[in-house]
Amino acid sequence: MTSANAPRTLYQKIWDAHVVQQRDDGTALLYIDRHLVHEVTSPQAFDGLAATGRTVRRPDLTLAVPDHNIPTTARADAVGHRLPIADPQSAAQLDALRRNAPAFGIELIDDLAAEQGIVHVVGPEQGFTLPGTTVVCGDSHTASHGALGALGFGIGTSEVEHVLATQTLLLKRSKSLEVRVDGQLGPGVTPKDVALAIVARLTAAGGAGYVAEYTGSVFRAMSIEGRLTVCNMSIEAGARAGLVAPDDSTFAYLEGRPRSPKGADWDRAVAYWRTLASDPGAVYDKTVVIDAATIAPLVTWGTSPDDVVAITGIVPDPAAFDDPARRAAAEKSLTYMGLIAGQRMQDVAVDRIFIGSCTNSRIEDLRAAAAVARGRHVASGVKQALVVPGSGLVKRQAEAEGLDRIFIEAGFEWREPGCSMCLAMNPDKVPAGERCASTSNRNFVGRQGPGSRTHLLSPAMAAAAAVTGRLTDVREFA
Amino acid sequence: MRPIDTIEGKAYPLGRPNIDTDVIIAAHHLKTITREGLGRFAFETIRAEPGNVLDDPAYAGAPILIAGDNYGCGSSREHAAWAMADMGLRAVIAPSFSDIHAGNAFKNGILTVVLPQAQVDRLLEVAKEFPIAIDLESQTVTTPYQDRFRFEIDPFRKECLLKGLDEIGITLAMDDAITAHEAKMRVETPWVEGAARAA
Repeated sequence: MTSANAPRTLYQKIWDAHVVQQRDDGTALLYIDRHLVHEVTSPQAFDGLAATGRTVRRPDLTLAVPDHNIPTTARADAVGHRLPIADPQSAAQLDALRRNAPAFGIELIDDLAAEQGIVHVVGPEQGFTLPGTTVVCGDSHTASHGALGALGFGIGTSEVEHVLATQTLLLKRSKSLEVRVDGQLGPGVTPKDVALAIVARLTAAGGAGYVAEYTGSVFRAMSIEGRLTVCNMSIEAGARAGLVAPDDSTFAYLEGRPRSPKGADWDRAVAYWRTLASDPGAVYDKTVVIDAATIAPLVTWGTSPDDVVAITGIVPDPAAFDDPARRAAAEKSLTYMGLIAGQRMQDVAVDRIFIGSCTNSRIEDLRAAAAVARGRHVASGVKQALVVPGSGLVKRQAEAEGLDRIFIEAGFEWREPGCSMCLAMNPDKVPAGERCASTSNRNFVGRQGPGSRTHLLSPAMAAAAAVTGRLTDVREFA
Repeated sequence: MRPIDTIEGKAYPLGRPNIDTDVIIAAHHLKTITREGLGRFAFETIRAEPGNVLDDPAYAGAPILIAGDNYGCGSSREHAAWAMADMGLRAVIAPSFSDIHAGNAFKNGILTVVLPQAQVDRLLEVAKEFPIAIDLESQTVTTPYQDRFRFEIDPFRKECLLKGLDEIGITLAMDDAITAHEAKMRVETPWVEGAARAA
C-alpha cells in the first residue's frame, strides 16, 4: 500500500478516483464513466439483461454505434432510404442493436447518421471520451482512448452485461509499465511505426498484466491522432490499456466537441485534468526505453504483430530463433505468408491495399496517404485499394479538403465508414492466398479473411505500396 | 455458472504460443446473436492442418487444453470462450494468458491455469498418453506420474468458480456503494456525467 502523499502514476490516479469499493480479496469494484456499445459483442449482453429482468443503470453514460458488420458501400438510395444488407446474419446483428438501444434507453448513432463510424474514432471525436475517465467497450482496441488520458480497455460480453447492469466492473489493478520514447523521429517514421516498434520490443505477450503509459518527448510532440494510433496497439503487446498524460494538445483537441464540457464546467475540467499526469518520482513496475532515432519505417512479415522488420530489411530465418516453439511458429508463419527467409521485404508484391481501421482512419492518416497518392496511380497489379474513413465526420472533412478526389483519381476506392477490411466481418475481405498491405492492427492467420496474408504498415507506406505494387520504403517518395 | 471442483481427463497437447482469439473463433462466426453452437467452428485454421491434435481421436472430448504462452491474445471476443465451452473445454493450461481472454474464460466457467513453461512442457509430454487432473480447491495439477504442480489463482475468481456465483448479482448487492460513488462524482467531477450526451 502506498501512503496518501506518495507520488502516483497517471494510471493509479485514475484507478483511485474510480474505486467504488475495495474488497479484501484484492479486487476492487471500479466505476465506469463511459460505455461504448457495438453490434457484435452486445446482443447476448442485452439478452442476459432481459432474461433476468435487469435494466441499464446509466443509459446516459452509454453510447451505441454499429461498425464491425456494416458494409462500406453506399448505405442509402437516392431518396435516403436504407439499402438492404445482403448478409442476413450481419443484418440481424445490426437490427438487434437497433432494437436493443432504444429498448434500454441508450442513444444510438446509426448507420445513416453523419457521426457514425468506428467506435474508437467516434468516442474521441465526439468528446465522449474525456481525460481521467474510465472507458470500456466490448472490443480490445478500446485501449485507443488512452490517447486522451482516459483509462480505456476492452471487455468481453459478460462484462458488457455487467457494466450495463451496474456501471461497474470487478477488477484487479494491473501492474504499471512505462514506455518512454525520447528523441527525434526520422523522415517517413510515423506514429504507426512507433506503435509497431513498441510491440516488437515488448513482444506480443510482454505487456500482459500491465497498463502501459507512453512517456517521453516523442509523445509530447505527437498529435492526438498519432497518440490514438499508438494507444490503439497497446493490446497488440498484451497491455490491456495504454495511456498518454493529457496536456495542452489534448485540451485543444477536445474543446468545442459535441460532448465535451462547456463553460464553467470546461474550465473546472481542464484544471482537474492538469493534475492527472504522473507525479515526479512515481514508480512504475517496469520501464522500457526506446530511442526514437532507432525506429525505421516498419512492416510486419509474419502472423503475430510483433513479427516486425524495417522496410529495408529481409524476411528473418526461423533457424535464427533460439526458442523451439518460436522457431516452429515462425516456420508456420512463413509458410502461411508465402515468404522465404532472406527475401527482401521491398520485393514483396501486394494484391490489395487497405487504408482504414481504428488504428489509422483519422484525418491525419488520410492526409498522409493522400500526400503519397497525389498525382500518382495505383499499380496495375493491385486488384483493390480501399480508403475507408473512420467516421462520417472524417469522411466529410477529407472531402472538404479534396482528399477523396486525390484518392479516386489515383485509382483508390473511397468508401463509407466502418471497420471494413480489418477483420472480415463485412463484405470487405482479402481472398485466400492474396496479400494485403494494411494499416490495421492485426496480421493474425485469417484475420482479413480465410487464408488472407497481412502486412501491417503506416498509411503513407500503404499508399506507397499501392503505387508501386510492392512493399515500399516511403522515404523514396520524399 | 456451473461450479468447478476438479477437472480430470485427456488434454489436447497443442503447445504453441500466441494462439489468438481469431484462431480460436474466426470473425465470420461472430455474427450470431446467441452464445450457443460455436464449438464446431473452434480452432478452424488449426483443424485444417493434417494430423492436428484437436481432431486426433485419442483426445476426443478432452476437457483440458495445453497451450504455449500468450493464449487468447488479440480480440476481446467472448465468442472464443463460448466456443471453447461448447466444444467441452473446462480448463486451459498455459505459461501465460491474455488478460481479457482469461476474464472471458472465467466468466464462462473455464479455468485458466498458469504454470511455468518447463511444467507446461512436462504436461505436454504426459498428456500424449495419460489423463491430467486439476484440483481447484488445492490449486494443483497432477499426473499419473506423481507430478504435482501448484498454480496461483485470484481468490475472488476461485470462490466464484467453486461456488458457481453470479457476478452481477454480487455487484448489485453493493448498490449503496455505487450510488454513493455517483453522488461524489456529481460534486467532484460534475462534467463527467453532465457532458455524456450531446448538447
